[in-house]
Amino acid sequence: MVKILFFAGLREALGTGSESLALPAGVGTVGALRDHLAARGEAWSALATTKNLRAAVNQQMVGPDAPVKAGDEVAFFPPVTGG
Amino acid sequence: MSVSVQEADFDAGAEIAALSAGRDDVGAVASFVGLVRADKAAGVGAGNTAMVQAMTLEHYPGMTEKALEAIVTEARGRWEIYGVRVIHRVGKLLPGDRIVFVAVSSAHRGEAFAACEFIMDYLKTRAPFWKKEDTATGGRWVDARESDDQAAVRWQTGKD
Repeated sequence: MVKILFFAGLREALGTGSESLALPAGVGTVGALRDHLAARGEAWSALATTKNLRAAVNQQMVGPDAPVKAGDEVAFFPPVTGG
Repeated sequence: MSVSVQEADFDAGAEIAALSAGRDDVGAVASFVGLVRADKAAGVGAGNTAMVQAMTLEHYPGMTEKALEAIVTEARGRWEIYGVRVIHRVGKLLPGDRIVFVAVSSAHRGEAFAACEFIMDYLKTRAPFWKKEDTATGGRWVDARESDDQAAVRWQTGKD
């Protein structure tokens, strides 16, 4: 299982802040996981359309090629706007 | 502790004083305070005067603290600095409220100024905070600004 978190406008668009998911066969990177979730359609397409979507694995910002394995915490979110 | 994420306000004067308390080698403390501005909401159309009535700060608990500590560690690798204090507020804030505090102590002002600005620039692009503006016409997530990315990029040297 992987724990998946969503934040800010993406969390609101999806109507959920987190879920646990058994990694489907063939999903081994952050980008593949994003595509898998976006393919659910409707609100989930926000994962494909959010401009400059960011991701973190185990609380480190990563790019779409970063590997994902069982036990990881993966987060998707829009570009940050703190400060 | 050098990094705090909290709902509570902070006392900038007390934080600055703490950076040189009990030591005589500090020659400079540079600090920055960010505030909520009662501005027109970002992205509203021409003629729309929806003003920001409040702002809600969301963050990624756990990652936020790690990201801020990584930024402080990077600053310590670049400049000869003594103490660093970073405070970022979360939750609902009103115009005039303090949002963020960064202070750096050093022997000389050059390092303190540079490290303070570097930490703010990196915080804006690397720490997982998100602002939502509340106006009379509804809430709106603030878009990231390209100028913030450019501000962070100018600190990069060579391959990093």
